[in-house]
This record gives sequence, structure tokens and C-alpha cells, in this order.
Amino acid sequence: MNLSFDAADLAFRDEVREFFRDGIPENWRLRVQAGLRLDPAELIEYQRRLHARGWAAPTWPKEYGGTGWTPTQQYIFWSEASEAGAPPQFHQGLELIGPIIFTYGNAAQKERYLPGILTCDDWWCQGYSEPGAGSDLAALRTRAVRDGDDYVVNGQKMWTSYAHVASHVFLLARTSLEEKRQQGISLILAPMDTPGFRVAKIPTMDEKYHTNELFLDDARIPTANLVGEEGKGWGYGKVLLDRERMVTASTAIFLKQTVWAVREAARARRVGTRALIDTPDFAAQLAQFEIEVIALQTMVLRLITDAAGGVDSGPRGSMVKLRWSSLYQRGMLLWLEALGPEMAHFCAEDDATLPPDMPAVMQGMLYSRVTSIYGGSSEIQHNIVARRALGL
Amino acid sequence: MDFTYSDEQQMLRDSVDRFGAERWNPAKRVRLLESGDAAQRWREMAELGWLMLPIAEADGGLGGGAIEVMAVAEGFGRHLIVDPWVTSCVLVPALLAGGGDAAGAVLAAIAAGEAKAAAGLIEPHMGYDIAEVALRAEQGPDGWRLTGEKLHVEDGADADWFVVSARTAGTPGERDGIGLFLLPRDAAGLTVERFRAVDHHRHARLRLDGVTGATAVGPVDHALPVIEAAVDRAIAAHLAEAVGSMEAATAATLDHLRTRQQFGVAIGTFQVLQHRMVDMTIACEEARAMAAYATLHLDAAPAERIRAVAAGKTRVGDCGLHVGQEAIQLHGGVGFSDELIVSHHFKRQLMLDQAHGPRHHHRNRFAAAA
Ligand SMILES: Cc1cc2nc3c(=O)[nH]c(=O)nc-3n(C[C@H](O)[C@H](O)[C@H](O)COP(=O)(O)OP(=O)(O)OC[C@H]3O[C@@H](n4cnc5c(N)ncnc54)[C@H](O)[C@@H]3O)c2cc1C
Repeated sequence: MNLSFDAADLAFRDEVREFFRDGIPENWRLRVQAGLRLDPAELIEYQRRLHARGWAAPTWPKEYGGTGWTPTQQYIFWSEASEAGAPPQFHQGLELIGPIIFTYGNAAQKERYLPGILTCDDWWCQGYSEPGAGSDLAALRTRAVRDGDDYVVNGQKMWTSYAHVASHVFLLARTSLEEKRQQGISLILAPMDTPGFRVAKIPTMDEKYHTNELFLDDARIPTANLVGEEGKGWGYGKVLLDRERMVTASTAIFLKQTVWAVREAARARRVGTRALIDTPDFAAQLAQFEIEVIALQTMVLRLITDAAGGVDSGPRGSMVKLRWSSLYQRGMLLWLEALGPEMAHFCAEDDATLPPDMPAVMQGMLYSRVTSIYGGSSEIQHNIVARRALGL
Repeated sequence: MDFTYSDEQQMLRDSVDRFGAERWNPAKRVRLLESGDAAQRWREMAELGWLMLPIAEADGGLGGGAIEVMAVAEGFGRHLIVDPWVTSCVLVPALLAGGGDAAGAVLAAIAAGEAKAAAGLIEPHMGYDIAEVALRAEQGPDGWRLTGEKLHVEDGADADWFVVSARTAGTPGERDGIGLFLLPRDAAGLTVERFRAVDHHRHARLRLDGVTGATAVGPVDHALPVIEAAVDRAIAAHLAEAVGSMEAATAATLDHLRTRQQFGVAIGTFQVLQHRMVDMTIACEEARAMAAYATLHLDAAPAERIRAVAAGKTRVGDCGLHVGQEAIQLHGGVGFSDELIVSHHFKRQLMLDQAHGPRHHHRNRFAAAA
């Protein structure tokens, strides 16, 4: 057992550190630390810089334009990004549909879609969930009926994040009605300007615009946009969800940013003659939080080492997702509490000035509540661990 | 012993519920918050007699007691009514009671629905310790001159009057040398900065730059015990509000568990969710008990009152945040939407916990009052 990197790893780390040294604008910092996604334009700019450096897709194989990095290199890359105050990359194209396309897509699809993901010329959104199909995704009802060379698609998608920004959507739709609900579901790609698509904003409690309803009304999508085989989409979807959990593992590396942010905020605030960080109550809570973050980081490191050694990590991605979401929620609440009474100053009128970390902290705190719901809720993750790890 | 409301108290509670159901329908909430007809609502509340309810009879009110306040505040919580009733009609009257003619006139205006008032007690670097007053009040040729800052005035954005604590002698932290002053919103030298919170309450920060025209209220130099007792009253009302909100969020969640289908069954058939729902219900029970406990000690000797209120604030804060978070979680994605009421309950719980000091502050206060 060994926690240190070899010489090649260290050289790589220096290279990455160098890249990030002055790559991250100061005005990103607060929002990134608060776990908020940056504006799409900023994320696109970030992705383009990475692409220019040849680092557009840290987890992809080289033949598709990825880095071909080892898991250790990926870990180093994310750690350095985190350290530098950089955001995680926007993942829906990169981690969700990209890998499905290079695994199951045909040559034409690979050629058409993969480069646009790397350069961020295309922005993908995920059309899986529906009003009646959330945790129980196999209950989806959106229908895709073959008509000549097209599918005619009807239905409603729900929670389609960034559909208002996206150029493309990958969606699951029912292409036939089978006994077994998981069969007869297909994975289809479509441009967002397809006639018959309508996007409606879903206002959320954090008062940020990120998610939508997507209505599909007699939308004609060429059958050439089917990924893999008709009716086999469910299987691809499962691979994809597993990957989404692994993405969360990488996001866990960014949790250090929350530790620093809370510490910084608590240093800046004074209670009587002391800094908040020096009050025993707060110091103890922050220490506890940081300790648990270290524990999670080390779990992630183990996961990554296993991946490097070709060991199936089983449901440990689920464990990481569970711990990550709960820690992130706790960290954000702690940061919010560091604001003291000013946590009530969310939005200023007149010439009032907000505390320096508002509204990012409050929005981040509210947003944190969703991390135990999306990507498979915490309850579903518990079920997965019970079934897959414990055989219950 | 008796934990039930009297018939009259029950009628009061029902009247808030009727008002809430008519005027604060959850399905219309988002639109309502944008429409901003607060002045009209305030008039309706005046007609219902709620504004004068907690104000002493001598000051033009009905002299309602802590239990009446509890009955109303509970309804404010259940329906998430954002109007500044606890601040303007519970806290301020408790600060101004017996405070002389000027105070009496403001109270009469509050009772009649003609004015709103808010209390400025919290300053930068204070934590939540209301004895840490640094804002100075000095006698000058033209009366008192006030200089300093109030960091957070609960519900202060639309107040016509402010009651602020100020140091007339001594240094921050000392219990003596604190006075209370009443000043109009347009007082010379006063800057009011306004903020909206996530729960749609509207607050203020005050900057006082040699403010003149303030009136001293009550015992100058010795106001701290009055302030503490008044804040405890406001806290007790907030606890009742928290309980109402928790119970409403819990009821909405139970309803959701019964109706939301996944995997071909109502999600309420999953045992893990049943147990979580049970824990939410227990939290409501516990919070209701603690809110009553705090309220029933409001007229006890100060040390006893402080312990009871601090204990209530600590436990209700914990329970309220727990319930708010669970209500969202068990709803799944829709719990995160602005359209459903549960996220609004969660945000109110967050802000109720913060108002007049969060859980950990009151845990320390409880320990210190032993
Ligand atoms: C902000 C946001 C962004 C999202 N972005 C996207 C997106 O881009 N694309 C997309 O396709 N989807 C997206 N989602 C949808 C997300 O994946 C779903 O919300 C999630 O899968 C939960 O489904 P649901 O909301 O229908 O909740 P439900 O499935 O109705 O769950 C309600 C409650 O029941 C519990 N529950 C359900 N089944 C079980 C069970 N078997 N055992 C125990 N407990 C159970 C859940 O844990 C939850 O507590 C997003 C959601 C949100 C809120």
C-alpha cells in the first residue's frame, strides 16, 4: 500500500498545475466553491481551453479524442483543478452520451457527434425522466413510432437540465410495447431544433434557471439517429447511469473547495473580538466536516486504484455518491451559518450591498438539496448497495 | 395541566386558517408573492383584529396573551403568510409597552393597521448576543444623536418605524448602559437598505449617521432585560410558526407518499419511506411540545424563561430543518421545484432557525443560564 505518486505522476501533476495556474478567472471562484454550475458561456470557454490543450475528455480513450489517461492521472487532474478553483467539466455530453456513442454508436454517429462534444460546439441534454418515471425510469411513456425513415415521437420529458441551452438531446423512448417494461425502450439522438419540440422552464427553489420540461409533439426524428439496436436502449441507459455515479466520484474530489470556502468565510467573520473560526463551536464543526471529506477522498482514491487495476468496483460508486451528497449538503449549510444574520440578505434592493458570498452560498445550499435526489436518489442508492453489495 | 386551546383561542386559530386557505393558496403562492398586494392584506388583518391582538389594552390593543399569539402564529406558519406580524405586532409592542406617549401613539397606529414597525437589535460582529451593542446614543442640544449600524432588522424593509437598541454608557457586552429608541423611517441621518430573503420576508440594514429625532423608550441605560424578554416572546411566536409550517410540510409529504406511484405502487408502501415519514411526524410532535413549553414559560422568572425559550429554539430548530429537508427529499424532484409548497416550507424553516439566533446560539444560551 502506498499513497504517494511515482516520478511520472509528479511530472504530470506539475504540468497540470502549470496549466491551471492562471487559467481560472477570479469571478468564477465563489460560484465554483458553492458548487454552482457556471454560466453556459463560461463552461463552453473552459471546455475550449481544455480542448486546445488536448485535455477535453480526461476519461475518454485516445482514439476518440480523449486523453487516454490512467485513473491516477485523472485523479491528479481533478485534484489540481479543484485546488485551482476550477469547476468540474459539464458532464452530460462528455460523460453521459459521449461514451455511449463511442461504445454502441455506428461509425457515422461517432464521426458526427464525438468531435462536437470535445469542442463544446454541441451541448447535450439528457431526456430520460418523465412526470411518471423518475426513480422508476422503466415506466417511461414517450413513444417513438416508425414511419418510413423517421420515428414520430410523442411524450413529455421532465427535469431536462439545460434543455434551454442545448443543441442536442439524447432521449429514451418506447419503440414497442413489451411484457417486460425494460424491453422496447430505445435510445435516440435529436437536435433541439426538431419541429415539435417545446421547452418550458421549471422554476426551482434556488432561483436559478437550470431545468425544464420538454414536450415532444409529433416530432420526426430520422431512424438513423437510433443508437445501437432498437429496443435495447435500456441496457445502454444502465451503463450510463453507472457512469453518472462514477462522475459523482470525480465530483467528490471538488468537495475540498467547500472546506476551503467555509474556512475562508469563517476567518473573515468576527464574533465579538474573535474570528468565527476561532470559536470552539464552529471550529469543531468545521473540523468534523473536513475529516469526513478526507475520509471520502480516500474512498475515492481506493476506487480509482481499483479501476486502474481493472477491479470491478461494484456498487462503491453508489456509496461515494451517498456520502458526497450528504457531505456537500452539510458543508453548504455550515458555510451559510457562517454568514450569520446576513444569510437572510439574499437579494438586495436600492443601493444595498450583499455580503460578499451572497447569493452564491444560499443558492449553492439550496441546490445541494437536489444532489440526494438526482442521478438516482439516496434511497435508490441504498437499495443498490443492499442488492448488489449485500445480496439482500 | 392543559395543552388544548380554549374555544376562543380555537376560533382565532380557525380564522387564520380560513384566511390562509383563501389568501395563501399554495397553488397560487408564486404568483401571489410577485403580485405584492401586502398593503391590502395588512388592512384585512387589521379588520380581523389580529394586529391589535397582542398589544396591551392600555396601548389600544386587545391584550391577547402568549397562547393567543401562539394560535395565530401557528396559522402564519401553516400557510406561510409572509406579512411581518410577529415582528410588528408581537416583538415591537413588547419592546414599546409602557414606553411613554410617543411609543403609545406608534402602538395605536400599529393596532389600527396604519403603521408597521421593526426592531433593530443586531449589529455587525455581534454574533447573536444582543448585549453586544456598540451603536451609540448621545445627548446633544437637540436631543439624542444615534450613530452606528444595525446589521439585520428582521422584517424591516417596509417598516414605518424602527425601535433600536443603543449604548448610552459602557462598552459592548456590558448589560447596563443600553437604551431603546424609537425613530421614524425618514429620520434625518438614517439610511435603510433593503433585502429580500429566500422565504420572501423583507429585511433591512440600518446605517445611522448622527440620527436625530429619536425618542427614548422606557428605562434608558437599563433596557436589556426588556429587550431579552421581548425577543423571547418573538421567539416563542416563531416556534409556533415553525410548528405550523412543519405540520403542513409533513401533511403534504404524507399525501405525496400516498399518491405518487413508482414501480407500480404508491411510494408510501416502501418501508424506508414509512419510517422516514414516522420520524417527521415525531419531530412535529416534539416541536409542538417544545413550542408550548417555551410559550408557557414566557412569564416565568428570567432565568427560567431563558432556559425554556433557548431549549425550545434549539429543539424546534433541529426538528424544523429536519422536517424541511425530508419533505423535499421524499417528494423527489418536484420537492425542489418552486411550484410545490414544500420547498417554501424548507426555506422558511431555514430563516426561522436563523432569526434571533440559530440552534447553536441558543444551546450555548441554555448552558450559560443554568
Ligand atoms: C434539478 C434537477 C435536475 C435534473 N436533471 C435531469 C436531467 O437532466 N435529465 C433527466 O433525465 N433527469 C433529470 N432529473 C431527474 C432526476 O433524475 C429525478 O428527479 C430522480 O430520478 C428522482 O425521480 P423523481 O423526481 O420522479 O422522484 P420519485 O421517483 O417520485 O421519488 C420520490 C421519493 O421516493 C423515493 N423512492 C422512489 N422509489 C423508491 C424505492 N424503490 N425505494 C425507496 N424509496 C424510493 C425517492 O428516493 C424519493 O425520496 C433532474 C432532477 C432535478 C430535481
